[in-house]
Amino acid sequence: MKSLSELHLKTYILIFFVVLFAPIGNVLLGKGMKVSVGEINFHRASDVAGVAVRALTSPFIWLGIGFLLLFFVSYLLVLSWADYSFVQPASAFSFAVVALLGHFALKETISPTHWLGIIVICLGVLAVGNTHPRTTEHK
Amino acid sequence: MAWEVLLLLLIVVAGTSGELCVTRAMKTIGEVKDFRPAALFRVLIRAIQVPWMWLGITLMAVAFFALLGALSVENVSFVVPVTALSYAAGALGGEFFLGERVSRRRWVGVLLVCIGVTLVFIGRK
Repeated sequence: MKSLSELHLKTYILIFFVVLFAPIGNVLLGKGMKVSVGEINFHRASDVAGVAVRALTSPFIWLGIGFLLLFFVSYLLVLSWADYSFVQPASAFSFAVVALLGHFALKETISPTHWLGIIVICLGVLAVGNTHPRTTEHK
Repeated sequence: MAWEVLLLLLIVVAGTSGELCVTRAMKTIGEVKDFRPAALFRVLIRAIQVPWMWLGITLMAVAFFALLGALSVENVSFVVPVTALSYAAGALGGEFFLGERVSRRRWVGVLLVCIGVTLVFIGRK
């Protein structure tokens, strides 16, 4: 039987991956859409087809999809032994990480009200996650 | 602006509906207790035979392409926090579609998320 501290370490490492990989994936998608695709004109169908080609040939988009897959695998792995009610609140931090990455890596401007909104969202997600994970009858 | 709101709405509504459909599909299969590869493969085979699963996957794909569309016109630090509205859609869907009892504490969290998203909308640029 594995020691408790070893289980804790394993859980925290996987949660660290979860809150890091999802934001990195989303930031790469954002970068790809800005750099490789550009602003979409949704009023022209021919433009939308060109967008799909440009998006699917963008290295940023594929790298982003790769990181989102890594996130998904880490998420499934940690959920195979840790409680959902323990893992889910941790996803609150990914909203802060995505804002930090957007600000520092993509040079996006974030106003004080915007930051406040992100902090309130994190608190809300923490509160949502800290509730009982199963309320339905078990068959 | 109208396109943008439509895309954000698609990310939240299609994404959450997709997850709800996938959850419903997995609940008809029952709790997975055996995590050996062969057993997991059998679960997968049963999962793809449930119509809810395909509806869920389709909706999640729609949400992904809406996310790409939104990211082409908006900052990632704006789009991703707004997608937190999924927690509100999830609570509503859980209560009315899956018959879960959503606790008061969870509704408080949902309210905080909505306030936060409003602040993000007000505070952008």
